[in-house]
Amino acid sequence: MPKPAKGNTPPPGNPAQVIVDGAVKTNEWQLLPLDEETAALAAADLPPGRLVLPLPVWQQVKDQLEERRHEVGVWLDSDETADQLGEDARTLPLVAVHFPAFADGRGFTTGRLLRERYGFTGELRAVGNFMRDQLTYLRRCGFNSFAFQGEQAPEALLGSLHDFSDSYQAAADQPRPLFRRRGLA
Amino acid sequence: MYRYDDRDHAIIGERVAQFRDQTERYLAGELSEEEFLPLRLQNGLYIQRLAPMLRVAIPYGLLNSNQLRRLARISRDYDKGYAHFTTRQNLQFNWPQLEDVPDILAELAEVEMHAVQTSGNCIRNTTSDPYAGVARDEIADPRPYCELIRQWSTFHPEFAFLPRKFKIAVNGATADRAAIRVHDIGIQIVERNGETGFAVYVGGGQGRTPVIAEPIRDFLPEEDLLSYLEAIVRVYNQLGRRDNKYKARIKILVKALGAEEFAARVEREWEHIRDGVDKLTPEALSWAKSFFTAPDYKQLNDAESDAALETEVVADRAFARWLERNTFPHRVPGYRAVKLSTKPTGVPPGDVTDRQLEAIAELADEFSFGEARITHDQNAVLADVEQANLKALWLAARKHGFATPNIGTLTDMICCPGGDYCSLANAKSIPVAEAIQRRFDDMDYLYDLGDLNLNISGCMNACGHHHVGHIGILGVDKKGEEFYQIQLGGSSSESASLAKVLGPSFSRAEVPEVIGRILDLYVEQRRPDELFLDTYHRIGLQPFKEKVYAKAS
Ligand code: HEM
Ligand code: SF4
Repeated sequence: MPKPAKGNTPPPGNPAQVIVDGAVKTNEWQLLPLDEETAALAAADLPPGRLVLPLPVWQQVKDQLEERRHEVGVWLDSDETADQLGEDARTLPLVAVHFPAFADGRGFTTGRLLRERYGFTGELRAVGNFMRDQLTYLRRCGFNSFAFQGEQAPEALLGSLHDFSDSYQAAADQPRPLFRRRGLA
Repeated sequence: MYRYDDRDHAIIGERVAQFRDQTERYLAGELSEEEFLPLRLQNGLYIQRLAPMLRVAIPYGLLNSNQLRRLARISRDYDKGYAHFTTRQNLQFNWPQLEDVPDILAELAEVEMHAVQTSGNCIRNTTSDPYAGVARDEIADPRPYCELIRQWSTFHPEFAFLPRKFKIAVNGATADRAAIRVHDIGIQIVERNGETGFAVYVGGGQGRTPVIAEPIRDFLPEEDLLSYLEAIVRVYNQLGRRDNKYKARIKILVKALGAEEFAARVEREWEHIRDGVDKLTPEALSWAKSFFTAPDYKQLNDAESDAALETEVVADRAFARWLERNTFPHRVPGYRAVKLSTKPTGVPPGDVTDRQLEAIAELADEFSFGEARITHDQNAVLADVEQANLKALWLAARKHGFATPNIGTLTDMICCPGGDYCSLANAKSIPVAEAIQRRFDDMDYLYDLGDLNLNISGCMNACGHHHVGHIGILGVDKKGEEFYQIQLGGSSSESASLAKVLGPSFSRAEVPEVIGRILDLYVEQRRPDELFLDTYHRIGLQPFKEKVYAKAS
């Protein structure tokens, strides 16, 4: 089996501000990295507030979350796939997808599948090293939330969410491909 | 041909604006080199050894005269007055200024052209048979499918950052003139019980690990084309290696999983989406086909037209030669397709001047319904020429340097830019091509040799297709010196095969002599009507080896 690239990539951080639904907002979610400490967490040990857990941790605690379910989300690394959430996607409040490098495009597929196949309707957040010029594509793949790692002021990036006013393909943002909308369906 | 509507214009126009903004941010230092790289690549812009290089998409090689004139003008206004036809039916400008590229893209957009996804790790320009729509052995015209693929792949949001570049080719005839078996996805149009569909191949490619694509589906119904492609590329996007760029092409994934397992994964993914919105509707299919209808052919009588041509042939031996090598049978009585050769001796294969681009436009307007095609062997085709006009066309083509009667012969080489232009080269390739053209300048000899593809690459990236040349020449570095490895027996046709290395490499000066010995052996050994490749397959590599490496006695 081919091994996807991993390691040597910075874990996603927690910027103070994020873009959600086209506006700059205060980041209310704390993303926990995957390390020895978090790997050993049980549901009772989780810090308070809104949390985004690494997939293995979330899998460990998900059945004990009870009244915290609405404030615990999960993040997928780029080699983790949408089917690993499966039916749980329907009830999760937030899923973050990590882009270890902007050239690693696996997260685009993850986004689409979460939205289009697994019925995820919560906040879909891109985290890590994606870049401004990918925002239109990310939005089209179902992302509505963007936690930028870099220095740029998030306001400056908003314009890039809509670099294109139309598109040829169907995707998470557009249920019908252009060939069906040309009055040909 | 396909014509843009308002939506196509809007999308391509917005791309120009987007790239203008990106270029400005880069020049202002707001975008790092590393960040700008994939953005400019997805607009066809490489930074090369001497200057930037801009690759313009020519979807499945098809152009009209208006577009040709615009390309000529761009080459004059923004470049050094020439351009280059590539092996993927595109066109390259070799010397544009980075700051000018947004303006060039705007000029292209005006004539319904772009440079979208001509490089970068995304789905590239879809290529096809240069005789699409006119070949006698055609099962169905591949161009409507190519255009549907072009639209599906253009700015596909999920597949803009694949592990590696991704190339699709579609062939619609029984002979494969699109080299589909050396593409990431090769699509062969087939017919089953009166129904049109596709045989699908995956995992072909050249580069440093050449692979012939494996079949993964015998018959895909026509309406399922896009959903099935989406399934293939999705599986690749998730599983393709990203840790090593030399192992990132889909061919490596298909090898690692095995074609059967890969196919099973594609089928599983496809089950989810096959009945979704990407299924092509009958209306969409007929809409796509409506752009590629037959032009207004005259009703001609084949026998009369052939007889008239025969008279001209008898009268003029030079014309006869050109007719034999540079024209191709047409499905419509009284017509032929004509190949314009860009390979006279001493010109880098595929290079054309601004004036020549305009000349192709004029010839297309006068003789071929205003359209032309770029071919993967770096020539140009006028697909619909009335036989009665061939002589006039020949005379005009000769004036513009396009009538070298060498199509399909040894001197009609595919050759990469090599060490003269390319920073990755181990060795120069253009001077080798020229040395071979100079040595083998006897047309009678070339005709006697018959169909022979000689392909040259300056390094193992294989831009010059040396793996699939009947004779392949590869530039190698031997302790800092330029050497050339010779390979034999490759083919990109329907019986695709990879060439095998003959033996130790040679200095540049030795190459023409070595080719001479190989050809001598072929001439000695061939049976009547046997082409070089057939003889090679019959006798194998060994006799060639012995001949070439024999000690001088
Ligand atoms: C001048 C600068 C050029 C550079 C630096 C360059 C670079 C490369 C590289 C690195 C590859 C290998 C990619 C891989 O790993 O798969 C490649 C492949 C290729 N290039 Fe170029 N190239 C250049 C020009 C051209 C030109 C002018 C043509 C067309 C005439 C061309 C056609 C191709 C083709 C057909 C392949 C093979 C793709 C395959 O593996 O199937 N290249 N090039
Ligand atoms: S084959 Fe090598 S030398 Fe030739 S253009 Fe490609 S990268 Fe350059």
